[in-house]
Amino acid sequence: MAITLDPSENESASKDSKKKHGRRQGMPELIFGDLWEYDPAPETADPRIRQRYDLFIGGRFIAPQSGEYFTSINPATEQPVTEIALANSADVDSAYMAAQLAYETVWRDMTGRERGKYIYRIARLLQDRAREFAVAESIDGGKPIRESRDFDVPMAAAHFFYHAGWADKLAYVAPGRTVEPIGVVGQVIPWNFPLLMLAWKIAPAMAAGNCVVLKPAETTSATAMKFAELLQEAELPDGVVNIVTGAGETGAALTGHPAARKIAFTGSTEVGKLIMRQLAERGTRMTMELGGKAANVVFEDSPIDQAVEGVVNGIFFNQGHVCCAGSRLLIQESIADSFVHKLQQRMASLRVGDPLDKNTDIGAINSREQLDKICDLVESGVAEGAKLYQPACPLPSRGFFFRPTLFTEVTQSHRIAREEIFGPVLSILTFRTMDEAIEKANNTMYGLSAGVWTDKGSRILRMAAELKAGVVWANTFNKFDPSSPFGGYKESGFGREGGRQGLLDYLELS
Amino acid sequence: MTKHSIADDFGAVDRVGIEERVAKFTTRSIKRKSKLWGLRTAVSMVDLTTLEGKDTPGKVASLCHKARQPSDDATIPPVAAVCIYPSLIKEARKHLADSPIKIASVATAFPSGQSSLKVRLQEVKYAVNAGADEIDMVINRGLFLSGEYDAVQDEIAAVVEACGDATLKVILEVSELETYDNVRAASFIAMQVLRAGDFIKTSTGKAGGSATLANTQVMLEAIRDFYLDTGTPIGMKPAGGIRTAKQALHYLVAVKETLGDAWLNSSRYRFGASSLLNDLLRQIHKEKHGAYQAPYYFSEAAESY
Repeated sequence: MAITLDPSENESASKDSKKKHGRRQGMPELIFGDLWEYDPAPETADPRIRQRYDLFIGGRFIAPQSGEYFTSINPATEQPVTEIALANSADVDSAYMAAQLAYETVWRDMTGRERGKYIYRIARLLQDRAREFAVAESIDGGKPIRESRDFDVPMAAAHFFYHAGWADKLAYVAPGRTVEPIGVVGQVIPWNFPLLMLAWKIAPAMAAGNCVVLKPAETTSATAMKFAELLQEAELPDGVVNIVTGAGETGAALTGHPAARKIAFTGSTEVGKLIMRQLAERGTRMTMELGGKAANVVFEDSPIDQAVEGVVNGIFFNQGHVCCAGSRLLIQESIADSFVHKLQQRMASLRVGDPLDKNTDIGAINSREQLDKICDLVESGVAEGAKLYQPACPLPSRGFFFRPTLFTEVTQSHRIAREEIFGPVLSILTFRTMDEAIEKANNTMYGLSAGVWTDKGSRILRMAAELKAGVVWANTFNKFDPSSPFGGYKESGFGREGGRQGLLDYLELS
Repeated sequence: MTKHSIADDFGAVDRVGIEERVAKFTTRSIKRKSKLWGLRTAVSMVDLTTLEGKDTPGKVASLCHKARQPSDDATIPPVAAVCIYPSLIKEARKHLADSPIKIASVATAFPSGQSSLKVRLQEVKYAVNAGADEIDMVINRGLFLSGEYDAVQDEIAAVVEACGDATLKVILEVSELETYDNVRAASFIAMQVLRAGDFIKTSTGKAGGSATLANTQVMLEAIRDFYLDTGTPIGMKPAGGIRTAKQALHYLVAVKETLGDAWLNSSRYRFGASSLLNDLLRQIHKEKHGAYQAPYYFSEAAESY
């Protein structure tokens, strides 16, 4: 396992940071030892993943025209999970043809109430098979079962339920205006929340009367293909939703296809810009949900323990593979030392390991590529002079794992303060006044989310107005709801997902 | 000096945040060996309690024998203490003389605390002289809610003195303090005059609300912060409302993940409970033998009379 930082270096770093934060030798410390170890508690439900998945086009599973498949591995064990079809541009073309046909012959003219029935059915089926989907999600993507079971799958179902309710009420989405579906929509989703991002994309598109060609990320296609099976079980009309799998080339074929009336993309800012360039010559509509480097701003009067918990949840949720992760912590100087000490203490009881163990808090990094990227950025942090802290938690001997990591003494010009790491790495900066906090929080090319922690209501209101971010959470973090629009400012993208606003992005207004 | 919010002195607690935090403890999956360890440890932490107007020497005798030998299974440890009214201490002493089980007595005009300080202190001394090892006092919530924090603390300090060598447990009666900010503040006000090994405790069991994971967590975090600042370890006793083994395991998970290993023993953590004990025994039996037994399989402790 190529974790770059050797343990002796870690130790000295953690000692240094203790000194820095004013803990004297001989001061009382808590012991988070092994007096009461939790026995392994693996989730054992059968994920029912097939050995091989074809493309889902026109309601049927169809072999890719190239005949090629690639292997999807379990990032916690590096063992193969399943084989995924590699779609080429001809496959993408037939997916769009199937979608166009379904749109013109069935879906566009179906009453909202009928469309709603299908979407409700999908939501219910997803609930029925929640455990199975949660296990599959954890095996294929590396996220802890606690999160896939308690967050990803229930939230995905909630998005279908929410949008099913809209299907027959579209006349009320924009009072005084007439709404129509856009047509066939191309959608590309990332690997951090495979099933949930699929739900965020497909549910509003279907409710609005559009048909879909969707590509999941290449490392996490399994639950999308299981979802295709579920669509068959729901007897959704053929071609309303088509799922093609593959990597960058497949994605480029999908986003560049002339039949796409709209492209919805969630992923990195880098790829988002490529797509925007690709589409600049056409009238294709776009929504982009891209990267982030959210500031979590903690004032001295905040409820400290809940702020610590919120910061931990903000950066270590889903191994930090969250575009709205609170990856920059801004602490008021007066409480910085004690707050960092509390964070370190809280990290001592985080459990890193087998994603299928019900007691795991932090699972596996999604891919070797991502692990390398995290290691690279962490090395740059050390090289640029920031102070690294990692708890001494044991890591599994194989698989892609990374210890939860803090950097103190970070400045605005460090790479780790500017670039999206997309891993369990928190960069800590300090501020003296609210104006300085606002200035620093906004000093980024991103603007997806932000957090404010204070006991003072007026401060929350001002921060919410001044922070240039699509979501500002107050005294909480990483809270989502299907009725709440989510999306970015600046290079974090445009368009919203969720709520009435999200639905409008899938409708033509006249 | 003008009056100000008590949260300014000791820090604020966010209700939504703390309740989300403790909900996570309940998702820990405790199986097999770790479950048995947790259940057994919980037994050893029980303050087996009877605090009824109808308590008699006979009732206390049966409670004491249950405390010494909770079950026929000899591998199960005795409980930590029995908790009774002062007038029954002598009776308890007779039955526990040669055992490690502590005798805890409520005092200070339990449960309301509404008497003069002099009378309350006399009651403490009476209990200590009668042979109580531990005193469970109530704080003066009236003074607290009227903002007389120094006076609340002075009273606790006076009780500490009256205790002599006896361990003191300070009941905050959290449901009457109402807010988590108040619970945190009251914890500090008490701890600042306590000795290492004394306890803070959630409830009397006689008011509307009792221990919850959330109010216990507020107190655990206060104990942690106080310990890290001063080096003085204070114990924790949630009381009232903890009736099932599963609940007890959730409480212990909170201890393990908040205060660490040094608090996972009866000198720093207690459960104020009565019916909890037999559910712990039922679960231990099930872990060992694979099947649940009927309630009558286990000797009665204090409940259901």
